Amino acid sequence: MSKQKLVIIGNGMVGHRFIEEFVDKGGLEHFDIVTFCEEPRVAYDRVHLSSYFSHHTADELSLVKEGYYQKHNIEVFVGERALTINRAEKVIHSQTGRAIFYDKLIMATGSYPWVPTIKGNESKDCFVYRTIEDLNAIESTARRSKSGAVIGGGLLGLEAAGALKALGVETHVIEFAPVLMAEQLDQQGGQILRSKIESIGVNVHTGKNTKEIVASGETARNTMQFADGSELEVDFIVFSTGVRPQDKLAKQCGLATARRGGISIDDQCVTSDPDIFAIGECASWNEKFFGLVAPGYSMAKVAVDTLLGNENAFAGADMSAKLKLLGVDVGSIGDANGRTPNCKSYVYLDGNKSIYKRLIVSEDGKKLLGAVLVGDSSSYSDLLQYKLNDIELPKHPDALILPSHSGAEKVGLGVDALPETAQVCSCFDVKKSDISEAVAAGHTTIGAIKMETKAGTGCGGCVPLITQVLNAELKKQGVEVKNHICEHFEYSRQELFHLIRIGGIKTFKELLNKYGKGYGCEVCKPTVGSILASCWNDFVLTKDHNGLQDTNDIFLGNMQKDGTYSVIPRMAGGEVTPKGLAVVAKVADQYALYTKITGAQRIGLFGAHKSDLPDIWQQLIDAGFETGQAYAKALRMVKTCVGSTWCRFGVQDSVGLGVELENRYKGLRTPHKIKFGVSGCTRECAEAQGKDVGIIATDSGWNLYVCGNGGMKPQHASLLAADLDKETLVKYLDRFMMFYVRTADKLMRTSVWLQNLEGGIEYLKDVITSDKLGINEQLEKEMAEAINSFQCEWTTALSDKEQLSRFSHFINSDLQDDNVVFTPERGQKRPAFIEEKAPTYNITLEEMK
Amino acid sequence: MSKWNPVCALDKVYPATGVCALIEGKQVAIFRPSEDEQIFAMDNMDPFARSNVLSRGIICEHKEQLWVASPLKKQRFNLADGSCLENEDVSVATYKTRVKEGNIEVQL
Repeated sequence: MSKQKLVIIGNGMVGHRFIEEFVDKGGLEHFDIVTFCEEPRVAYDRVHLSSYFSHHTADELSLVKEGYYQKHNIEVFVGERALTINRAEKVIHSQTGRAIFYDKLIMATGSYPWVPTIKGNESKDCFVYRTIEDLNAIESTARRSKSGAVIGGGLLGLEAAGALKALGVETHVIEFAPVLMAEQLDQQGGQILRSKIESIGVNVHTGKNTKEIVASGETARNTMQFADGSELEVDFIVFSTGVRPQDKLAKQCGLATARRGGISIDDQCVTSDPDIFAIGECASWNEKFFGLVAPGYSMAKVAVDTLLGNENAFAGADMSAKLKLLGVDVGSIGDANGRTPNCKSYVYLDGNKSIYKRLIVSEDGKKLLGAVLVGDSSSYSDLLQYKLNDIELPKHPDALILPSHSGAEKVGLGVDALPETAQVCSCFDVKKSDISEAVAAGHTTIGAIKMETKAGTGCGGCVPLITQVLNAELKKQGVEVKNHICEHFEYSRQELFHLIRIGGIKTFKELLNKYGKGYGCEVCKPTVGSILASCWNDFVLTKDHNGLQDTNDIFLGNMQKDGTYSVIPRMAGGEVTPKGLAVVAKVADQYALYTKITGAQRIGLFGAHKSDLPDIWQQLIDAGFETGQAYAKALRMVKTCVGSTWCRFGVQDSVGLGVELENRYKGLRTPHKIKFGVSGCTRECAEAQGKDVGIIATDSGWNLYVCGNGGMKPQHASLLAADLDKETLVKYLDRFMMFYVRTADKLMRTSVWLQNLEGGIEYLKDVITSDKLGINEQLEKEMAEAINSFQCEWTTALSDKEQLSRFSHFINSDLQDDNVVFTPERGQKRPAFIEEKAPTYNITLEEMK
Repeated sequence: MSKWNPVCALDKVYPATGVCALIEGKQVAIFRPSEDEQIFAMDNMDPFARSNVLSRGIICEHKEQLWVASPLKKQRFNLADGSCLENEDVSVATYKTRVKEGNIEVQL
């Protein structure tokens, strides 16, 4: 029997999800698939649309793996709209005149933004917020604008406002209702959200009915006129006033539609025509349509099962939501407005930090009906489980929303309390039992669970819960969680650290013989090299250690793309004398080095030949400089502001402390690089809270912040202790640094380390300030040893003739690498591009094939 | 072309490291994985970055074979045949070596 033809109109998130599900369940055995995609690109993640402004690549948002459709012989008509459906002939005509016959048809046409009929809403300064094309248009307009307004203070409106704010325009939110997010939040919750949003500089106008947009203004291009007679001048306007089901095509072909719009479907997602299904936002089930992606995914699943003869039924959807809007955590569960008759509420309000939490419970106090969380949504997943699984509430339900410092007993919902049928991931409808089964089948990492069950690959909000289920299952099975560093050592970095320290192991070979196997590799060698250096502070360039050192350590400089090196002498706290500067300048001039101030408050010289490094460093060291260890996973530097010595606002000597700390911890090898910041007052000019260690002066001492990061994933540092005198500060720092060195994984920055530390910052406080583990004396002793054995690696290297011979480019010639070629740029030089270099004996990739 | 080119004394290359030699105008990376006399030679140019750096990479073992990880972006090249672990379309030329009377020699 020949295959039937299945046509899907619409290649949005739900349309694509349907295809994936259909392919996974073996539907291609019975059907050939054709899909229409009206937009100029295949399915992408509309939920995270705003992130497009930060990375600007549609690829990042794409939901379709490269080559997926080709691989499965699925025909996609991109940029082509289905114009008409002829149900009698079972044929679809597209805008290009194409005619496609179908046996079964899936409507996944989604929704369209609804724009109220306001005079002037068709101006070129008016936008909607739905597609990548919309975003491109908004961005280019924002570039020539000072201000913008979003009409609509709902979920998507606030998301759009966040985008406007990020684009750097003065941002206004206009809401018709008296509160923000009226659908999801109660009055008080909306109020708190408003004050939080206003505090970051977004202007909120509620109870405003926009009457007209006039294309003129005194300070901006347009004037918005409201029903109450007030006005607001803005350059452009984004409408986010809700969506409506896209049911035009259905109406054209005479399918039944719902009163409030949407293609009517039954529990199997079948429309009034038994050969046509409708799924996602275009469908109306029991006179309801769902503007979220999770119900659409559920419908896709039901439609696939029905088509393939499996029993399944759509049973409505939970509309709970957890999100971060303009940096504010918001959660809404079930009956957030407390509309159930005789329900009771528990409310927690922290006016200081703008945190609001409300529980709505049943009359008998046993079941959770709804919840509102603003400012802190950490209890969202627990509460959602109570709601979805009808779990009986604890005796004092308020304990679920009270902060830990209130002394309330902790009644966290252990994953064991969840029934096997509990839905853990609502995006992909994954149950706890699905995860248990996946673990039992040998998928024992979060990554593997995600691949196997798809759980956590939608909005990602359930990943912490999946992790809990995973760990609980592993524990049950007695499985140990593996974090071996590589195939040569069946140990984690932390375990290797202890084996090395306790066993007094001094070389890689010794460790490999005792605890490893094979030869070693580019992963374990540098890791062990770093641990050996942390433990014994031995010189990294000895015959035993040379072969372990990573790219930068092995020649004590950062290798640049052309194989040359950078030279960065230490300038502790950012201090440098005019005499020192003159020496740096002379050396840079002599060796024609490109010179710039690095991001670390010091001077970097770039483009040095390996063979010139010893001479360059000899001159710098003779002038009193020492290595800045910019090449090492070690303390890099301490950034300081000018401090009380000079600054008229400073309250403490931040430079003095910064210099002292940099000199104290310099050279200590750490699992990843470490940066410090010291600010002399609360203005925080040293940006210390974005550093691994941040110290901020107070009137009575120093506040110590830890585990911040400004790099790839910015992270604010957490307060470890406040108002410390210097002696205590240094003691805490010794302990903190050594504890990190001991327990972090390879290449793990402090921010990630803290995230993975069970118990988080509270636990870290217990360890560092009240010696919970009883190891502080040991930590301080180890740090003292490390500090006492510091050496300037370049000074040591220069005194070792044999090591120095390694620096020439050729073992058998004094020539330099003739492939290192420079081009002038802005009065200095840069590495020449390949096409700028004289054709030497370079081999091209093509020739080698 | 079967000439053996003397390079340097074996002792000059520390075990577990590499060096770069200039042989008939060509940059050749020479590796000594262990204490013994086993020596490998290949072109010094990293074909991805087109920079002469391979001799400065870490020698590593995967799939029971020896490789060098480029110091720039860590692609691994097989010491014996020059193939690349990350991209089978890429390889570097390798050369025959021997140790004669304590000296390393390479045949281009």
